Amino acid sequence: MGKKTPLYETHQAMGARLVDFAGWDMPVHYGSQIEEHHIVRRDAGMFDVSHMTVVDLVGSEARPFLRHLLANNVDKLQEKGKALYSCMLNEQGGVIDDLIVYFLEESWFRLVVNSATRDKDLDWIVGQARAFGVDVIEQSHLAMIAVQGPRARDKVLPLLDEANRQAAADLKPFYGEEHGDWFVARTGYTGEDGFEIMLPEDQAAGFWNALKENAVQPCGLGSRDTLRLEAGMNLYGADMDESVSPLVSGLNWTVGWSPQERDFIGRAALQRQRDAGPKEKFVGLLLEDKGILRNHQRVVVEGAADGEITSGSFSPTLDRSIALARVPAQTGERCQVDVRGRLLAARVVKPPFVRNGKALVG
Amino acid sequence: MSETPGDLRYSRNHEWARANDDGSITIGITDHAQDQLGDLVYVEVPEPGREVEADEACAVVESVKAASDMYAPIAGTVIEVNEALADKPEAVNQDAYGEGWLIRLKPSSSDALSGLMDADAYREFVESE
Repeated sequence: MGKKTPLYETHQAMGARLVDFAGWDMPVHYGSQIEEHHIVRRDAGMFDVSHMTVVDLVGSEARPFLRHLLANNVDKLQEKGKALYSCMLNEQGGVIDDLIVYFLEESWFRLVVNSATRDKDLDWIVGQARAFGVDVIEQSHLAMIAVQGPRARDKVLPLLDEANRQAAADLKPFYGEEHGDWFVARTGYTGEDGFEIMLPEDQAAGFWNALKENAVQPCGLGSRDTLRLEAGMNLYGADMDESVSPLVSGLNWTVGWSPQERDFIGRAALQRQRDAGPKEKFVGLLLEDKGILRNHQRVVVEGAADGEITSGSFSPTLDRSIALARVPAQTGERCQVDVRGRLLAARVVKPPFVRNGKALVG
Repeated sequence: MSETPGDLRYSRNHEWARANDDGSITIGITDHAQDQLGDLVYVEVPEPGREVEADEACAVVESVKAASDMYAPIAGTVIEVNEALADKPEAVNQDAYGEGWLIRLKPSSSDALSGLMDADAYREFVESE
């Protein structure tokens, strides 16, 4: 038996199909993952993401520590509550994990990291924090619920207490705020508007049930994956890991190159790669033939080395198969993919495929 | 609980087979199989005329998550395939034993179905898995 979130019994009662995900028993769907996908694009759905790891960094040197720890520049966070997406690199420029960091107080930042990488992340962060005298405090008593979709805000706000409701209503995208024991952020992993809400674990089931009453569809990790893929958002472990750098993972935009004197972990290796010119690039693929693109399929580019699909699936919004892939730098507008022994035609596009309910490619 | 009609025969690979009046055999995947796979988004069927051996992979059913082979539960010649699944793979989810059929075979031997399980045996098999 795997680890259970505070919502495990609730998922069972609501008819979820539960699967193992990084050691956790998590819902993959509640009947139809395609239906759940469409509801998030058109209305509102909710995901139990309590398996994710929330880590607070506390101490007067928290900001200098993050300047060193993260590839993105934490100094972009000047307003309280603002969030930043970043990679955490090793010395070779490989990606240890991707994460969100929130600036709460000058001596208090909050990280949300992946559950599959929890142990190595904590080891790494604690190890690096020592020199800065920063305390690393895992907040494992927090549950986390993501409510996503064009109607998510309208359906969440009436269910919050006065203080959180006021704050959440005024939140700009990519900001979060804490009131009482609740932390509400206007963030997500679907390409839709919505909230990610951290709350005490003993209140999670009550809030989940209230959302259900308010016509928010419970959704599983299955639709979460197709939603993030359409939104062109990377998945750690599939699209990048410690063997590749952000520069060949479509994450150049998350590297804070300036100021030049900021000495973040992995900077030297990344700079060398950048100077040499990366041999690969990270693109979106749109399958033109019938079939489904899958992780690890070979991408065939005329006159160049092979590439590889890092995330491939079916796009319910586009009603065709899409993928993210790492391909040779000289790849043009077309390529082929080896799908179960057949070479199928695909078009190279720039992700995202879908944002805010609208198809961006066709 | 998934459906297991009593008039069909079943394989250990979760295919069903129905004997038609003209001696041909219609084949699909079971309700249990479609439930395990989840929403199907692509089905690839063989060319009519293809000869298949028993337990030979002869079709592919793909859910959002993964691709799975369908194995011919018996040997025979493919005489018809369900073309409609190209545009409506979800028919397998919605009606596994009807609209969601995959192929029709002319069996190589007349007692081809005798090696397959009946509904009770299949139900037991599913529970034991």
